Amino acid sequence: MSASAATARPRAPGRAGTVHSRRLLVLAGLFAILAVAVMLSVMVGAKPVPPGDVWHALTAQTGTENDIVVRSLRIPRTAVGVMAGVALGVAGALMQGHTRNPLADPGLLGVTQGAAFAMVFGIMALGVTSLYGYIWFGMAGALVASAGVFALGMAGGRGGPTPVTLALAGTAVSAFLYALTSALVLMDQRAMDVFRFWQAGSIAGRDGEVVWQVLPFVAVGLLLALFNAPGLNALSLGEDVARALGQNITLTRSVGVAAITLLGGASVAACGSLSFLGLMVPHLTRPLSGPDHRWLLPYSGLAGAAALLLADVVGRVVARPGELEVGVVLALLGAPFFVALVRRRKPVRL
Amino acid sequence: MSAPAEKARPVSAPAEKATPVSASEEKATTPYARDHRVRERPLRIGPASWTVRPRSAAVALVLLAATALLTALGMRIGDIPMSLAQVVGAVVGDGPDHFVVMELRLPRALTGVLVGAALALAGAVTQAVARNPLASPDVLGVTPGASVSVVAVIVATSSAAGGPGGTLATLGIPLLSLIGGLVGALAVYTLAWRGGLDGYRLVLVGIGVSAVFTNVKYWLLTIGDVNDSGRAMVWISGSLNGRGWEHVVPVAIGLAVLVPPALLGARSLDALRFGDDTVTGLGVRSNLVRSLMVLAAVLLASVATAAAGPIAFVALAAPQVALRLTGAARPPLVVSALTGAALTVAADLVARTAFSPVELPVGVVTAVLGAPYLIYLLIRARRKARS
Amino acid sequence: MRLRAVDVKLGYGDRVIVDGLDLGIEAGTVTTIIGPNGCGKSTLLRALGRLLKPSGGEVLLDGKRIDRMPTREVAKILGVLPQAPTAPEGLTVADLVARGRHPHQTWYRQWSSGDESAVNEALSMTGLLDLGERPLDELSGGQRQRAWISMALAQGTDLLLLDEPTTFLDLAHQIEVLELVRRLHSELGRTVVMVLHDLNLAARYTDHLVAMRGGEVVAAGPPGDVLTEGLLAEVFDLAAKVIEDPVTGTPLVVPVGPLPPPARRD
Repeated sequence: MSASAATARPRAPGRAGTVHSRRLLVLAGLFAILAVAVMLSVMVGAKPVPPGDVWHALTAQTGTENDIVVRSLRIPRTAVGVMAGVALGVAGALMQGHTRNPLADPGLLGVTQGAAFAMVFGIMALGVTSLYGYIWFGMAGALVASAGVFALGMAGGRGGPTPVTLALAGTAVSAFLYALTSALVLMDQRAMDVFRFWQAGSIAGRDGEVVWQVLPFVAVGLLLALFNAPGLNALSLGEDVARALGQNITLTRSVGVAAITLLGGASVAACGSLSFLGLMVPHLTRPLSGPDHRWLLPYSGLAGAAALLLADVVGRVVARPGELEVGVVLALLGAPFFVALVRRRKPVRL
Repeated sequence: MSAPAEKARPVSAPAEKATPVSASEEKATTPYARDHRVRERPLRIGPASWTVRPRSAAVALVLLAATALLTALGMRIGDIPMSLAQVVGAVVGDGPDHFVVMELRLPRALTGVLVGAALALAGAVTQAVARNPLASPDVLGVTPGASVSVVAVIVATSSAAGGPGGTLATLGIPLLSLIGGLVGALAVYTLAWRGGLDGYRLVLVGIGVSAVFTNVKYWLLTIGDVNDSGRAMVWISGSLNGRGWEHVVPVAIGLAVLVPPALLGARSLDALRFGDDTVTGLGVRSNLVRSLMVLAAVLLASVATAAAGPIAFVALAAPQVALRLTGAARPPLVVSALTGAALTVAADLVARTAFSPVELPVGVVTAVLGAPYLIYLLIRARRKARS
Repeated sequence: MRLRAVDVKLGYGDRVIVDGLDLGIEAGTVTTIIGPNGCGKSTLLRALGRLLKPSGGEVLLDGKRIDRMPTREVAKILGVLPQAPTAPEGLTVADLVARGRHPHQTWYRQWSSGDESAVNEALSMTGLLDLGERPLDELSGGQRQRAWISMALAQGTDLLLLDEPTTFLDLAHQIEVLELVRRLHSELGRTVVMVLHDLNLAARYTDHLVAMRGGEVVAAGPPGDVLTEGLLAEVFDLAAKVIEDPVTGTPLVVPVGPLPPPARRD
């Protein structure tokens, strides 16, 4: 009956027919929005660059002023924005899936505060001064903090940490690290000066070197997230059903945590704290994707990148000749949108 | 699998339909989990009858004793070091230390006790209403609203008028914090209300509103002079430095007025843990109860924040610690308040002695003390579940 | 013997529910576990389905220790449907059933024609083909239960463990589900282990009945041998008449009332 049933009833399984093509359509739409955001991000700024000049800079650069602006400033900045946005969107969706808590953001495992503490510590104790230096410290701090949270979540039990333990351990470690960071910056004005700008979250001034620093972490993180999606789907039916379906729960949780750590850590180290983006984006994309993480994760990644770039563009325009940090713009524009969405429809529960 | 106490409070704010993480597992464990908990004992005086849990009562007494001891220890410290006996003597006697203790040290210590209790109580109520262990008055808009208002004024006044004047510092900042906190809460409440108050929507709207306040605060910290940012950071962290009777009195009044209704509402909070249909079936008007409990939490948190700044982590951690100390099903209000008081007073003691003579803001230490303890409780609960 | 529990000790935390229990499940049979609430039947079923690791003894699947087999391999042989499972909001019936194919999928083979036909077959066996695109939370309790059973069927396992598959169902739908179980057994040769509360339906659809009380197996065998008035008194503290089912000839329990206190065991 297999073949006949499949052809006679194309609607029946989730794969086939309208559902599938609708999902692809949404994916294409999100790609298009991101493409527009990328174009705007390259063109708009203190010195507007017309599309023709962008093309010129990309294909036949001759060292004109616009060529230099595009190649050495705008493109790296946009690339960092795309990577951080994708990373935060995907990490946020993973985090909410694993904890089944709508309040979970990519910083919940301690990556944000771990990065902050390590950077401040690097500045004060080891005299790190360059942006690249901060990023390495931030990354290391994020990885260590997250590994610590996972180890604490695992400690004493078996079968992997439960969502509650993970969430609470993450919150506790984050609060602990934040307290240490506050104590340090209150004692050192130089650290405070770096910290307050980092805290606001920005992708301004990130150049090609930052792109290459961050890229490997994001790439590996996305790969792990991809592997994690089917397991997370099984887990969303409850641990018993997931186990019955042959899913190794500890492994699934571990891979998820590794992915969140790499993605969250990389973005937080490069751009500062933009946790709200990671929290907000999955709430926006979940109504489009439904509860299937194989679609939710890519949707969230694309939407995250588009939102971050658009907010960055707005931040460049509104406060001329200065710039408004992207984290501030994201909250000012994203939060009302988010609140409106939460009010308008019954929020999808996890 | 996991600790029974944790199972009892699912992390996914569960709806009527969407039930928690692993319902089957939960179903399987709860009957036995009850075994870990101390049964309730009836306490009857005439027509009145309450149920008292011996374990909660014991925990409460221990916490009360710890708070009293830590408060007394804290009052020894200062420009004139005193022994415990001298402190007690100065309180009752009329010696030269009487003024120092009664006008400087006692109000500071009491501010710590009361603010800690109020914040923890607000946290316990919020977590029960939202049915989410990550919820705290931050989510209700109180602390972010207060923080952004105070930071704005600190940053604005400094460059224009050479720092906030005397009146502004003593009266203005607490008042400003109070107003900011209430406005923030009002914004969250109004936006979250939609033909009723849903705990889940409240929390999500609160996150959105808080994000705005918090990020504006971050931005304000970047535009001002770095010295102002430092002073603002001290206030944001929460500090008991220089707190006097004028800080004690409002918080004390707030607690006196709000604790009785909060305790009365606790019975309804138990019912709120079920879905709305069940709640109505149990004869509880869910929207009214939720609104009143949220209001109580908002007022408690606002008053406390006005007195000492948004002391970090107390509101979030104290209820979770209390939950695990008593083995209750939801954060117990009285024990949470006592945990918050003990934690805050202990943190202030450490904040003043650890790097003496440099004094840290108390909010920096609450998390340093509270977080490891909460983690220890989490691990212990899992150990017990396995053995 | 396809599935065996050997001297298993089961519990949650430090609470022991089952101690030193032995049970064997023959290939190609329908076995039903009955017993009063809290007697350990669901716990036993969870252990048989490796959802609960015994603290003593072992569970053998086809002679091999189940906890030493890769869990994905077990999932291709043995399907378990736990009691009252939950799904995230907005999940459609077809998506839920498709997730039953999880053990057969790898990262490079996400959706084969085999998956497709298994899902269609499972949906048509439970009569849900037309509801494929409906979200689970919009269905009636009975339809939802059938959707979960479809998911377990789509897993395509020889062995199927069902924990109270007829809860939330009206009598007609209960019969429908149990007829489905009978077809799985008679037409496809599957081995089924269930926990049921309705003794009469259990007697009608079961080859092998296991009666439990206080974590121990009190009696096991064909329904006609197990369901006696004496056993009902012993296991359920229930005074009852057992007559012959006029339709099938299996035992039919007609309750009289609770046993008077002195006759109760505890």
